[in-house]
Amino acid sequence: MTLTRGTVVIDREACKGCDLCIDACPPRVLEMTTTVVNTIGHRFPLLIAPGCTGCKACSQICPDFCFQVYKFDEPKEIPWPVD
Amino acid sequence: MDTELVGQRVVLRTDRRPDDATLVDDFTPELVDVGAHHLCPGCGEPIAIRSAVECIAELGAVERTISVFGIGCYTAFSNNLDIEVLQALHGRAPSLATGVKRMRPDALVLTVQGDGDMVNEGLQEVLHAAARGENITCVLLNNGVFGETGGHITSTTVLGQRTKNTLDGRDAERDGYPILIGDLIASMGGTAYAARGAVNDAGNVARTRRMLAAAFATQERGEGFSFVEILTMCPTGWFIETQESPDYLADVIAGTHQIGVLKGGDVPKGDR
Ligand SMILES: Cc1ncc(C[n+]2csc(CCOP(=O)(O)OP(=O)(O)O)c2C)c(N)n1
Ligand code: SF4
Ligand code: SF4
Ligand code: SF4
Ligand SMILES: [Mg+2]
Repeated sequence: MTLTRGTVVIDREACKGCDLCIDACPPRVLEMTTTVVNTIGHRFPLLIAPGCTGCKACSQICPDFCFQVYKFDEPKEIPWPVD
Repeated sequence: MDTELVGQRVVLRTDRRPDDATLVDDFTPELVDVGAHHLCPGCGEPIAIRSAVECIAELGAVERTISVFGIGCYTAFSNNLDIEVLQALHGRAPSLATGVKRMRPDALVLTVQGDGDMVNEGLQEVLHAAARGENITCVLLNNGVFGETGGHITSTTVLGQRTKNTLDGRDAERDGYPILIGDLIASMGGTAYAARGAVNDAGNVARTRRMLAAAFATQERGEGFSFVEILTMCPTGWFIETQESPDYLADVIAGTHQIGVLKGGDVPKGDR
């Protein structure tokens, strides 16, 4: 099972749907919505699986300051997939 | 961790802070007052300016930093910053910054200009400031277009680059050749430090931040003119999709304006 060292808080309403965070995320745990949009009409990123490392690549590349990045005090094993 | 359903999909919750974790990067860094701005989706300029202000905060130079902004899309973003901002006439920021630094030698003085502002409207200003060895740091946000006025060709537009005037690419015979401003400035006697970074991926953002730190350190030691050119994405002016713009920067723009330290500096060898 993948260890999860970090996580993110995402400001969905600030997102302009540019996709830059998606390719920037090394473990590729971010993915854009496909059908759901925020109130200004943009798709936004979701944390789709365990494995975030808290590396800050997403927060450093996002032009619209949509990410807070956290590191867990202890790395976690998150059961996945869930029903 | 909790999950939620978005559309048809079960995902990890990202709408609240975890209670067993430490914050390592906030929405906005210390010197960005408000995150919301009117720059386009995927614009590279806020990414570059974030790096610069994070450097200033790390240096502990917040209270004595005076920035001078040129005119371009980044000008609007200067309103979001919690540092002193002077607005220069188009292209004239290095001259205004010269006056500021000479009157306030203890201040950390930087300019923020675009390629249209620096290399078209006011090329002589930055060249003379470099030649005089003014102890200031000039930051160039180079996207190869006059972004704010609609994405037209500038003097740094590379051969083959799409702009509003060159939708099938800049052609040397018709449009001439780009000016490699970073290399030109590096060749001048008064320049103590010059480097070219980019914000197309997280690695380059980190590298650019080290270049900015080296440039500010050069100024703090009083060694003379320092210069950091930062290649930034302008998907709107390049007429491409936002998600294609980081690779377009790497393949087209950085193929000509090559990333690396161009002169001087205390950046580790691996970064040259
Ligand atoms: C004297 C003068 N000439 C022209 C303009 C119009 N103008 C405003 S922004 C701009 C282009 C800026 O391009 P650049 O510096 O590359 O910034 P970008 O928008 O690409 O970030 C121009 C030509 C102006 N404001 N003042
Ligand atoms: S912190 Fe790193 S691993 Fe976690 S979501 Fe952001 S880019 Fe991905
Ligand atoms: S980089 Fe920021 S603005 Fe762009 S899609 Fe990701 S969260 Fe949204
Ligand atoms: S036109 Fe280009 S430089 Fe200006 S805000 Fe839009 S993407 Fe950024
Ligand atoms: Mg420009």
